[in-house]
Amino acid sequence: MKYAFWPGCVALGGTPELYQSTKLVLNKLGIEVEELTNATCTGAGVLQEKNRKLGDTLNVRTFAQAEEMGLPIMTICSTCQGTMAQAQLAVIKDDGYLADINADLADEGLEYHGDTVTKHFLWILVEEYGLENLKKHFVRDLSGLKFAPFYGCYLIRPSDALGFAEVPERETSLEQVIESTGAEVVDFKGSKACCGLPILFINQGNSLKMVATHTGTAKDLGADAMVTPCPLCHLNLDGYQGKAAKKNRSSAIDLPILHLPQMLGLAMGFTPKELGMNKHMVSTSRLSEQVASPAGV
Amino acid sequence: MPETETTVKTVTANLKVYRYDPEVGDAKPYYQDYEVEVEDWFTVLDALIKIREEIDGTLSLRCACRASICGSCAMKVNGEAKLVCKTKLDSVWSPGETVTVDPPGNMPVITDLVADFKPFWDKVRQVKPYMQPTGPVPTAEYLAPNEDMVHLAGVMNCIMCGACVSDCTVLEVDKSFIGPAALAKAYRFVADPRDGKKKERLGELNGDAGIWDCTRCMQCVEVCPKDVDPMERIMVMRDQAIEEGYTGTSGARHTESFVNSVRRSGRLNETRLAIESMGVMNIPGQISMAPVGIKALLKGKLPSPLDHKIPSKAAVKKIVEKSEETSK
Repeated sequence: MKYAFWPGCVALGGTPELYQSTKLVLNKLGIEVEELTNATCTGAGVLQEKNRKLGDTLNVRTFAQAEEMGLPIMTICSTCQGTMAQAQLAVIKDDGYLADINADLADEGLEYHGDTVTKHFLWILVEEYGLENLKKHFVRDLSGLKFAPFYGCYLIRPSDALGFAEVPERETSLEQVIESTGAEVVDFKGSKACCGLPILFINQGNSLKMVATHTGTAKDLGADAMVTPCPLCHLNLDGYQGKAAKKNRSSAIDLPILHLPQMLGLAMGFTPKELGMNKHMVSTSRLSEQVASPAGV
Repeated sequence: MPETETTVKTVTANLKVYRYDPEVGDAKPYYQDYEVEVEDWFTVLDALIKIREEIDGTLSLRCACRASICGSCAMKVNGEAKLVCKTKLDSVWSPGETVTVDPPGNMPVITDLVADFKPFWDKVRQVKPYMQPTGPVPTAEYLAPNEDMVHLAGVMNCIMCGACVSDCTVLEVDKSFIGPAALAKAYRFVADPRDGKKKERLGELNGDAGIWDCTRCMQCVEVCPKDVDPMERIMVMRDQAIEEGYTGTSGARHTESFVNSVRRSGRLNETRLAIESMGVMNIPGQISMAPVGIKALLKGKLPSPLDHKIPSKAAVKKIVEKSEETSK
């Protein structure tokens, strides 16, 4: 299995532990990747609010690069995945629009024909790699631990761009992967809600209320950690959880937020440090002890 | 001619329905389970009406046209807002399962599935949902070319059912947010070529609890039964507000910083995005962000404030500039 790998700006920036743990886990799984080092930011919906065509053009530019490589794209960010899926839908249903965009890419010698498939690592695990194959790499049983899923808006909405009608298992993919490790899924209302990051710098009060509500609810339901396939959610849920708790709750929340590959890495026997869990803002030491304890082995 | 035999499949459906009636002394809401015989063509509304007519006459719900025109019957089905007259029961329920029905969210409940829409209408009124033309009054109608009106067809489909408001993730934490329905309605007039108050309207929407408070979570787009796309309208109004000169908000600075970063380097500069969104001269704002920034620095994960340039940054810059030129 080989993919053109687009880590996204945040895995290359504010959440280096996501990049680090992804590389370890992919290597263990025998999934080969070639990084798209010349791809741009997807726009994350922000660029699109200013100029949708510019956002689509930059994403089509990335699709064209992967098409030249003859590889499907793997993403590790819900926001990248969703934004790219929206761009793909826009160009495949409108040949004129695609031709228009291709004209802007001609200077760089790029042309997109519409054939690049872009999938989040989470979807690849469920749809292509297979959970039974995945489980063969697990050496540590995580049963006894409870993980709350947190998808990130762009991996859930808009459903028409994300192919849920064609591939319904995508809607429950995160729960399925959590269960494959032996851990219990915490069923909670916030799993498909907004983390609040897009308004962190605009209306911080509301953003922090969202963080406090989702992490606090999961914690109150007994979660040992939250697991997310979206590094942007991680930035807010981990980075601002302490501040959110202070402003909105009488007690601390202290819920570790794991990137999806970190959870897989724990089940594969990597140490928390190898997975970059020491780089989190919310302490992961209690979770690390739980994982290392004899009951967890 | 042979007789055709039609068979109607009847099965038992299990519904878990939100109940609350303070007038009969309910101290708090509770769920009531119903078993009702349904046929395969039933909508969720058909099942609810059958419960009310044949099993429990005390169940309150709103509905009128039963044909997704009047907008009376939006409520939550399995946690997500739906127009229940438009929702086939078998699209949300399979035999053996239970379907849960709640009143619409983000509104006070009057009784059972009936919510108080007063806050909803107050916010719609707040955006002055009527034409405010300027200039001399024409002798007949105000005329507008077709091509200037066609793009408004989608937003004019709004039936004010409140599904988007019910599920808005911002309203869940902040009741003051004007919300997707009122903003979609505002767009309907902002974008109407016959209206003369575009700048004033955008000025008001640019304030607190307005266009910049939307998180872009797309829940309103997902649940709208009429494809009004409230969030897309909000995004257009953000850009128009900036174009009209309303550039002094964190939101406007956030967008500007984001676009500039991609123009310079092809990638997002997260550290500059934080600083520039707050406003470089906004000292209290910068101080409020400092503790998390310092902690990230100590953890070795504060992204460099220098740009993360891609090899073909010059080509990308050209694409961005060309696109900005043609969109003007």
